[in-house]
Amino acid sequence: MNKLELHDSDGKPKAVMLSERVHWVGSLDPDLRTFDIILKSANGTTYNAYVIRGSEGVAVVDTVKEGFADDFFSRLESVADYSEIKVIVLNHLEPDHTGALPELMKRAPQAQLYISQKAQSMLKALLKQDEMSYTPVLTGDRVSLGDRTLEFLHTPYLHWPDTQCTYLAEENILFSGDVFGCHYCDNRLFNDHVGDFRFSFEYYYAHIMRPFKDYVMRALDLIEPLPVTMIAPTHGPILRDRPDRYVRRYRQLSSPSLASEISCDQKTLLIFYISSYGNTRRMAEAVYAGAMQVPDVRVSLYDLEGGEVDPFVDLIEEADGLIFGTPTINGDAVKPIWDLLSSLTVINIKTKLGGVFGSYGWTGEGVPLVEDRLRGLKMRVPIPGLRVKLIPTDEEIQACHDFGLELAKELMGLRSQKVLNFADLA
Amino acid sequence: MAKSTITFEDINVTVTVPAGTRVIEVSEKVGSGITYGCREGDCGTCIMKVTSGWNHLTEPSVLEDKILRENMAGKHNRLACQAQVLGGEISVHPV
Ligand SMILES: Cc1cc2nc3c(=O)[nH]c(=O)nc-3n(C[C@H](O)[C@H](O)[C@H](O)COP(=O)(O)O)c2cc1C
Ligand code: FES
Ligand SMILES: [Fe+2]
Ligand SMILES: [Fe+2]
Repeated sequence: MNKLELHDSDGKPKAVMLSERVHWVGSLDPDLRTFDIILKSANGTTYNAYVIRGSEGVAVVDTVKEGFADDFFSRLESVADYSEIKVIVLNHLEPDHTGALPELMKRAPQAQLYISQKAQSMLKALLKQDEMSYTPVLTGDRVSLGDRTLEFLHTPYLHWPDTQCTYLAEENILFSGDVFGCHYCDNRLFNDHVGDFRFSFEYYYAHIMRPFKDYVMRALDLIEPLPVTMIAPTHGPILRDRPDRYVRRYRQLSSPSLASEISCDQKTLLIFYISSYGNTRRMAEAVYAGAMQVPDVRVSLYDLEGGEVDPFVDLIEEADGLIFGTPTINGDAVKPIWDLLSSLTVINIKTKLGGVFGSYGWTGEGVPLVEDRLRGLKMRVPIPGLRVKLIPTDEEIQACHDFGLELAKELMGLRSQKVLNFADLA
Repeated sequence: MAKSTITFEDINVTVTVPAGTRVIEVSEKVGSGITYGCREGDCGTCIMKVTSGWNHLTEPSVLEDKILRENMAGKHNRLACQAQVLGGEISVHPV
């Protein structure tokens, strides 16, 4: 296999050809180990940027992280003059792709900027420049470079509100931004030449795209019908060998698996508890029994002490309702609850039904703190939390039973119309 | 003080509120599926559909209009963290 030349004979970084009219002008960052605080990489990453030459001008798609701009400019200069640049497309405004933008705009002041509709308010906050001119675009908008045309796909929340993809119709190349990317640094650049990057691809999806599965599916609806012979993402290998495999994998990873197990008119409710002397546990068992009175609710009861966070996160991702039971220990809910609740950022739990209960001794902060957290995570918490002082009485056990019953009814939309007064709300 | 009612259709709850109340103040307490991010009219997370009583809410500000446009909001969509109840009967729904 021929070694790919990323530098010319003088050692100056030069562009790499994807096709006669399309070049990679990105930068390698082999020393990166942590990205965006939440991601690891064992061999660094790449910041991929691309240049497209049409008969009537040149387009630059994305740039690189600020500290890596020298290689980018040097590669860009090896295939185009700044005066030829007519179009700059930003598929994503995160600084790892816009770091070199201010300097590029200085060198090519005539270039017009194309960003997504949702990127507008972020651009200003990111570049700290007033009076910038740009064109916001949506799916179906195009910009012509003469014999080459760029088409935009509106693919928000992959993984920021502003993200979009750009399609080069004449060559069937998709410039996908962070979508289909991964933190994997290999100077052979193409997926048929680099080492085994499957782990990095999956890991990137799991940490960056997974919270946005619904948006991934909507983006795939736009992408799948397009003939694509090459996917050019902003990180990691360029996918030119059977790119459809990666599209299919994204579809697989984003499709719910539980849907095949339960029927569509059933809903799932998970009850998690932890208990030192068994008081919160007794409450949990009553909540469980109450919830089971409602037909078509599949209820599960889990002791957090007997499980690990990751599989619980998987369960929660596909559940419809979540109830947490925690005692109050030293003025707070207990750590296993917080550990679980701080691990939910990799999934979407928005608008799932939530409820909280627990036993306490004298102050009982645990339950309201967890309720606030659930609301903060954008869950709906329609029934106030239920607290019991020390050992639950028979009446209190009955209240726990009713709490489970009402939450399960709420889940199934069976609670009757309610009329409340604002002043009476907690 | 003028009283008004707001109905959250997704959970079938109606609340009587004093004029001037923001939708956000009520919806979270009753557990409607309207969700919030920035809480100050900037992110568009809280876009809701006003199914009736549109005229009983305060007019959207220039800034709210801008955010609604950037998020390609439909007709009769408002930001729940911004819209205030003026009077009469209003019904809303998460989008
Ligand atoms: C992976 C990732 C996810 C993010 N998610 C959010 C978010 O949900 N809401 C938000 O307001 N900002 C979000 N941001 C934007 C960061 O808060 C923003 O870039 C901030 O300026 C980073 O501050 P720092 O430089 O101190 O790390 C996200 C950034 C990254 C990298
Ligand atoms: S919560 Fe951000 S706009 Fe309302
Ligand atoms: Fe990103
Ligand atoms: Fe990125």
